[in-house]
Amino acid sequence: MNIHIPTPLRAYTGGLETVSVAGTTVSSVFQQLTVQYPELKPHLFTPEGKLRSFVNVYLNDDDIRYLPNKEETAANDSDELTIIPSIAGGTSCRL
Amino acid sequence: MLRIHYADYEALRTHGEETYPNECCGVLLGKNIADEGNGAEAVNHVQQIVRAGNTRTDSAHNRYNIAPQELVKIQRQARGLGLDIVGFYHSHPDHPAQWSKTDFAEAHWLGCSYVITSVEQGKAALTNSFLLSGTTEEDKTFEDEPIQIDIAPNVAEAAAQTQKGQA
Ligand SMILES: [Zn+2]
Repeated sequence: MNIHIPTPLRAYTGGLETVSVAGTTVSSVFQQLTVQYPELKPHLFTPEGKLRSFVNVYLNDDDIRYLPNKEETAANDSDELTIIPSIAGGTSCRL
Repeated sequence: MLRIHYADYEALRTHGEETYPNECCGVLLGKNIADEGNGAEAVNHVQQIVRAGNTRTDSAHNRYNIAPQELVKIQRQARGLGLDIVGFYHSHPDHPAQWSKTDFAEAHWLGCSYVITSVEQGKAALTNSFLLSGTTEEDKTFEDEPIQIDIAPNVAEAAAQTQKGQA
């Protein structure tokens, strides 16, 4: 299936916006992705292996965090995975 | 360096005036021209700006957040145009055009430009751009970056007028 890579992480996919990886679940696709592009791993996962909190992953139009089976959701070749870091901020001086 | 067309530059500033006293936010689409080691600095060249909705309706006057779902759509749109997401913009209502601790903590798009416009009493004042440089979350920094505004000949005159008004 195709995985869309956000601009900052393309440094680790040889500049590619779209990479194609095999897998039957979201987690197996991720597993394969980090085998194919090992430098991506620390940018996506914490040392404990959890997806970094600011990294959003969408299976087609759904945030995988809100899918009933989360990372274990089945994935087909025709599905699309999009990795998208969050965008937020504020002038809040009371941090 | 950030390179942007005058019309886009004005549009992102106007967006901040429209949402005042709340923060506006949006995405910059274009191309990154990498530093090729020949002394020329890297350039984020903006070709189009996309307005986004601020999801922080609870605290929109001092926070902004673009829904990831909207970002997915914008990234798809960029792909269709052969462009990339090269940066973001937001406004600081009655606050300086300088990044805040929150802006820095929540900035994760390394290599992208973060444009901030201060909006004072409803009028766009200063616009600054900051490049999120570094290679990881641990070594990232915001660097001041110059903004090059491209003015098409037919709008040069209008631009001169506006610049006078802002002085
Ligand atoms: Zn801010």
